[in-house]
Amino acid sequence: MNLVLLLEQALNGLQLGVMLFLMAAGLTLVFGIMNLVNLAHGSLYMVGAYLSVALFGLTGSYLLAVPLALLGTLAVGMIVELVALRTLYERDHLDQVLATFGLILFFNELVAILWGRAALYTTLPAWLTGQIEIVSGLNYPAYRAAIIAVGLAVALGLWYLVARTRLGMLIRAGASNRTMVAALGVNIRLLYTVVFGFGAALAGLAGLMAGPLYTVQPGMGEDILIEVFVVIVIGGIGSIRGALAGALIVGMVDTLGRAFLKPILGTVLSPTAAEAAGPALASMLIYLLMAAVLAVRPAGLFPARG
Amino acid sequence: MSETLLAVEDLYKAFGALKATDHVTLEVRAGETHAIIGPNGAGKTTLISQLSGTLRPDSGRIRFGGEDITRLSAPARSHKGLARSFQITSIYRDFSALDNVALAVQAHAGHSFRFWRDARGDARLRDPARAILDEVGLGARAGVLAANLAHGEQRQLEVAMVLATRPRLMLLDEPVAGMGVEESQRMVQFLARFKGRQTIVLVEHDMDAVFSLADRISVLVYGRVIATGTPAEIRANPEVRNAYLGEEA
Amino acid sequence: MPRRGRTLTIVALLALLAAVPPLAALAGQPFYLDLFRRVMIFAIAALSLNFILGYGGMVSFGHAAYLGIGAYAVGILAYHGVHDGFAQFALAIGASALVALVIGAISIRTSGLYFIMITLAFTQMLFYLGISLEEYGGDDGMRLAGRSVFAGLLDLRDPMPFYYFVFAILVACLYLVHRLVNSRFGMVLRASKSNEGRTRSIGFSPYPYRLAAFVIAGAMCGVAGALFVNQTAYLTPAFMSWTRSGEIMFMVILGGMSTLIGPVLGAAGLLLLEDLLQGWTEHWQIILGPILVLVVLFAKRGLAGLLPGGGRDE
Repeated sequence: MNLVLLLEQALNGLQLGVMLFLMAAGLTLVFGIMNLVNLAHGSLYMVGAYLSVALFGLTGSYLLAVPLALLGTLAVGMIVELVALRTLYERDHLDQVLATFGLILFFNELVAILWGRAALYTTLPAWLTGQIEIVSGLNYPAYRAAIIAVGLAVALGLWYLVARTRLGMLIRAGASNRTMVAALGVNIRLLYTVVFGFGAALAGLAGLMAGPLYTVQPGMGEDILIEVFVVIVIGGIGSIRGALAGALIVGMVDTLGRAFLKPILGTVLSPTAAEAAGPALASMLIYLLMAAVLAVRPAGLFPARG
Repeated sequence: MSETLLAVEDLYKAFGALKATDHVTLEVRAGETHAIIGPNGAGKTTLISQLSGTLRPDSGRIRFGGEDITRLSAPARSHKGLARSFQITSIYRDFSALDNVALAVQAHAGHSFRFWRDARGDARLRDPARAILDEVGLGARAGVLAANLAHGEQRQLEVAMVLATRPRLMLLDEPVAGMGVEESQRMVQFLARFKGRQTIVLVEHDMDAVFSLADRISVLVYGRVIATGTPAEIRANPEVRNAYLGEEA
Repeated sequence: MPRRGRTLTIVALLALLAAVPPLAALAGQPFYLDLFRRVMIFAIAALSLNFILGYGGMVSFGHAAYLGIGAYAVGILAYHGVHDGFAQFALAIGASALVALVIGAISIRTSGLYFIMITLAFTQMLFYLGISLEEYGGDDGMRLAGRSVFAGLLDLRDPMPFYYFVFAILVACLYLVHRLVNSRFGMVLRASKSNEGRTRSIGFSPYPYRLAAFVIAGAMCGVAGALFVNQTAYLTPAFMSWTRSGEIMFMVILGGMSTLIGPVLGAAGLLLLEDLLQGWTEHWQIILGPILVLVVLFAKRGLAGLLPGGGRDE
C-alpha cells in the first residue's frame, strides 16, 4: 500500500477526529455537569455553519465572520438553555431526549425557512484554499491542516481550562458534587448557562469548520451527532479525556475504513463482492467498534465516575 | 452450640483510601440472631452489601452453608437462601402490598418465562403471599398501593418480602430505622418470634432492639470487628465501651 | 371500576377504527382509509415500543430499526418474485427478532444514557447498511415489486381487506401485550423497571427477561414494518432513520406511557396532528417541535389520562 496515501488518509482521520472531539467535549461536559442529554447539540453545529456562511457573505471577511459566528452560536446556546433546557435538568433522560428532539425539528425547520432546504454553497478565503507540502510527495489541503491545528489547540486550551483554572475547578466539582458547589456560594444556574453556552460555541466551531468540507443544509447536525454518541459511548460518558480518545479512534477508524476496506477486501474476495461489501462494511465499522468496546467495557474506555 | 451457617473469612473492601471492610472475619451460627453494631460510618451497610452480593469484596471469602458464595450474584445468593432488607426501604412503590409479596414468592417458584396466564389470578402466588402479609400484620392492607402505606408499614412489607423468599438467613439492615417507639416495639416483638427457628443477621442502631433480640453481637468500628460475644459480654467489654457504647452514654 | 372503564374505552376506540372504512366510503373520502391504516400500523409499532419502554423501562431510541427490517424483508422477497405473504411476514418476524436479539444482548448490559445512545447508534448502522444495499435501491430506495398476497385468504392490493387485516393485527397485538404484561413474565419485567435492586435481591436476574421482552417487541415492530411497506408500496432506508425512532417514541409519550391503549391514541394523535399542520403550512415542523417540547414538559400522563379509566395500570 502506498505510504503517502496512508499518511494522507491518516491526516484526514485526525481532521475528522478533532471535529468529533469539539462536538463531543461540549456534549459530554453538559452531561457530566448538568446530567442532561442534549440531542439538539447537532442543531448548534448547524447554527454555527449557517451563521458563518451568512456572516461571511455579509461582511466579506472570513476572519470577522468566524468570531461573530462563534459569538452567535454561544448566544443561541445560552438562550436555548434559559428558555427550554433549564427545566429539563431534573427530568429523566426520556423527557430530555424527547424535548430536545422537538428542538431539533424546530431548528431544522427554522433554518429551512431562513435559508431554504437546498444545500448552501460555501466559499473559503483564498489563503485557505491552497495546498501545503507535508512531506515530499504529499500536498495536503491547507484548510484541513488548519482544522487539525485549531482542533488540537482547542483540546489543549480545554485541558488547561479544566485542569488549571477556577472555572475548571468548579466544572470538575460540579460534575461530582452539585450540592457542594452550591454550598460554596457559586451561582450554579449561572455556571450551567455558561457551560452550556461554551459547549454550544465548541459545536458551532465544529460546524463552521465543517461547512466548506461537507454540505451545509438543514439536518446536517444529526449525522455527526450520532457519530459523536458513538465517540462518547466508546470514551465513557462525562469524561473529556474519553471524548478525546474516542474522537480520535472513531475519526481514524471511520476514515481509514472508508479508504482502505474495499481494497483490502479485494485481496480476499472477488472484485464484485468487495465492491458491494466494502462500502457497506466501512459505513458500519464504527458501530461494530462500539459494540466490541462495550462487550469488554460496558462503561467505555475512560469511565468518568467510579 | 449449633453449626456455622455463614462464615466470613478475612473480607476486605476499600474505596480509595477508605477501608470500609478491613479484614473482617465473622461466624453466624444456624438459628441465632446475630447483631452487627457500630458507630455511623463503621461499614455495616457495606458489609451487608457484600454478604448479599450487591457489592464485590476486594479479597476474602464468604461461605454459606459450607459453600463458597463469594463470586455469586445477588439473585443467585437469593436462591441459596440469603435474603436482604435495605436500610432505605426498598419495595415496589407502584405495586400493591400483595403484588410486592407475590413477586417475592414468584421469584422462588420456578422460572418466570410464563407469558400467558394472569399472575394476579394465580393462587399459587397469591395464597402464600396473603398468608405472609397476615403474618406480618398487613393482611388488611393487601390491596393498598405500597407507596401509600405508612412508613412503618413499608418496613413491615419489606420484611414480608424477605420472608416470602423462604430464606435460610435473613440480612436485616436497620429494620426499625425511622419508626416510632410503638411501631418499633411491634417490629421487635415480631422479629423475636423467629428466635431459634430462623437465622438472622441484624444491623441496627437502636440498642434496645439489639439487646432484646440478639443472641450474639459483633462490634464493627472503622471496618474492623473489635469484639464478638453475647450481649452481656459486649456490655462488659472495655474496648467496646470505650470505642462505641461509651460515646453514647 | 377503573378496570371496566378502561376496557370500555378500548372497545369504543376499536369500534371507531372499525367504522372508518364504511364512513370514509360514505363520505367519498378514501383518503381517510389510507390515513387510519397508517395510524394503526404506527400504533402497532408504538405498542411494541411501549411494551419495553413503558413496562420494561428500556428507553430504546432505535425502534425504527425493526420497522425497517420488517419492510426490507417483504421488499427483498418481493423483489425476488416471492409475493407470498406467509413467507414474507414470517421472514419479517424472524429477521427483526434476530436483530433485536443481537442488539438487545449488547445494549441491555448497559443502562441509562448508554442504552439510549447505543440503541440509536445500532439503528443508524442499519440505516447506513440500507443505504449501501445498491441492489435494493441504495439511498433512493425502490418501489415495492408487489403487495403481499396471502393465497386464498387475502390480497393486500385491495384497500378494504388490507385495512381490516391491519385492524385485526392491531387487536391481536393489543391482546398479546395485555396478556404479556399481566403474566408472571410481565410482572418480572415491570418489577425490574420499578426497582431493579429489589428485584435482584429477591432472586430475579432481570437480564434474560428484559432481553426476551426486547426480542418480542422487535418482532412485533417487524410486523408493523411489513405492513408499512405494503402501505407505502415503496421501500427506503428512511424507514430506519433516527427521526422515525423519535416519532415512535413520541407517540408512546403523547398517548400515555405504561397504558395499554396509550400508543394507539398517541399514533392517532401525532399522525392526525401532522396531517392537520401539513394542511396549514409547508413548515409544519416548526410548530410540531415546540408542541412536542410542551407535551413533554406539561402533559406527562398523555392522552390516555384524559379518557375514562385510561390511567396507568396499577
